[in-house]
Amino acid sequence: MNRHEVIREDRSGGIFRVHRSVFSSAEIAALEQANIFQRCWLYLGHDSEIPNVGDYRRRTVAGQPLFWVRGSDGRVRAFYNSCTHWGANVCRVDQGNAEVFQCFYHAWTFNNRGDLVSVPDETGYGEGFCKEAMGLVSPPRVDNYRGLYFVSFNPEVEDLVSYLAEAKDYIDLILDQSEEGWRVVPGTQKYSVRANWKMFSLNSLDNYHVRPLHSTFFKYTESLGAGDPPVSPPNDFPGTQGRALSLRNGHGVDVFQSLTRARPIAHWHPILGEDSKEEIRSRRVRLVEKFGEERAYLMCNTNRLMLVYPNFALHDIAGVSLRYFEPTGPDYMEVTVQTLAPVDESAGLLNRRLENFLSFLGPGGFAHPDDIEAMESAQLGFRASGPEWIDASRGMQREGTALDEIHVRAFWRQWHANVLGRAKAERDHD
Amino acid sequence: MRDMNSRRENNSLDERIGKLLLEREVEDFIAREAAMLDEWRLDEWLGLFTDDGRYMVPSTDIPGGDPKETLGIINDDMARLRGRVERLKSRHAHREFPWSRTRRFITNVRIKEMTEEEIQVNASFLVYRIRSGQVDPLIGGYIYTLKRMDGALKIAVRTAVLDLEALRPHGTLSIIL
Repeated sequence: MNRHEVIREDRSGGIFRVHRSVFSSAEIAALEQANIFQRCWLYLGHDSEIPNVGDYRRRTVAGQPLFWVRGSDGRVRAFYNSCTHWGANVCRVDQGNAEVFQCFYHAWTFNNRGDLVSVPDETGYGEGFCKEAMGLVSPPRVDNYRGLYFVSFNPEVEDLVSYLAEAKDYIDLILDQSEEGWRVVPGTQKYSVRANWKMFSLNSLDNYHVRPLHSTFFKYTESLGAGDPPVSPPNDFPGTQGRALSLRNGHGVDVFQSLTRARPIAHWHPILGEDSKEEIRSRRVRLVEKFGEERAYLMCNTNRLMLVYPNFALHDIAGVSLRYFEPTGPDYMEVTVQTLAPVDESAGLLNRRLENFLSFLGPGGFAHPDDIEAMESAQLGFRASGPEWIDASRGMQREGTALDEIHVRAFWRQWHANVLGRAKAERDHD
Repeated sequence: MRDMNSRRENNSLDERIGKLLLEREVEDFIAREAAMLDEWRLDEWLGLFTDDGRYMVPSTDIPGGDPKETLGIINDDMARLRGRVERLKSRHAHREFPWSRTRRFITNVRIKEMTEEEIQVNASFLVYRIRSGQVDPLIGGYIYTLKRMDGALKIAVRTAVLDLEALRPHGTLSIIL
């Protein structure tokens, strides 16, 4: 299949199709590595993971070994995790605190700002050897938006804020929910999916599957009784219809009313426990005072499934989850999940937040294992040579709702532009 | 003098036999539990727990994490555990419909601590999950807190600590580990 033709869009007929080969082709996977993972901004981590000078975390991003560290000057830097001498990893544990990183191979030593500070038997090197030029190497671009750090291997990449486009507004809407700021809760869910990585991007936006696929989860939560009554939406919010939105540059979000579903910020449900009622309700009151009823409604009584293109899903539903995933081949991906909590949250509500999170989310939850089953099942289905296309036409010819695929098409258009070597899609919207 | 010595020996023999019987009882209990899980006799398995029982699987990066303040993989009180079993018995738990085959190998059962009320037991596990052409081994250790109620052993806390660095390539923990 010619890569120019892998997406078919018929606007007058309301048809949008993607050729199934994009989920299994090694040629496409190589183009994605070169044109997407080596060129976009990719999520690295949250500021709260390395709060103190010397704190570091090890991460693999787009297959590249990295670590990021808060240097003795307080600045956050990312480095390729490879000694400038013979290449071994200089950071050999997932997290910790260090003044220096000493390579275990020949004991070259780097400080936490990346400078090479010690070389055993340094006199063995000639005049041309410049220690100052042999420091740890950083990826071309590292930047953060409100504590969310991103890295890019593309020196020419646009500024992070401009890259985030309208996704920035939704990040604000989430982060503004805690007046005192957020922290990553310790504990990381690391798992894999035997499917193409794009299935995770799509599944992270898609709301159409939620009711049919996750019926056992709803059965469980409904058995616990009803939460606080739904709050009426402001005039311009499309009620129970919600909306699926393109946020430009391939980013998207699905916004829908939480109705009586639990939200630690700030909609009480029995799953969050009697003892947390007051804390949840009082936070809502504070948010209304600070932001007004309309914005507080969006913060407290709607849920968001957001994808920051290409591979960072920021979900604000039963809790705030940070999910990033990357391919190691066309039919396998590695997934990492963390969760945020307000820094000032009580121990009791944090406990309930985590219990609520685990009920739905994660590899042992009541819902997410079935997402993984669906993605893997689709990947197996793609082996069938009869059906050639997948369909993503839903809602092309109506005022979009949260069950439509507007954001999914926005993802595909940006993806297609990238695969064809272009930086941006011609259109962000239907 | 001689009587006292022989009594002491008898006591210690009784103690040793008592310890051996308890070890056998605990090993047998765990083996029967494993069979219930491998045979998907989940309602029967639920009956092994105390009313305030708990089942937990911590995250792979913080295996000793307190679930109250650490994101883990599973942290079930009895309400959630009953919900989990209910879900697994449904044909809409798609990751486990049809059920996977599992085979549990549990060894190195050790009684770590014993008080009047509780017995703490550690054991090693190797659990295979077999489904859809994949054979995925889950490796780790159990930490049980057992209680004796009306003569029978019951599970108060059951923590499965994975040695795996990640659920890769497993993807999920959809069976009871």
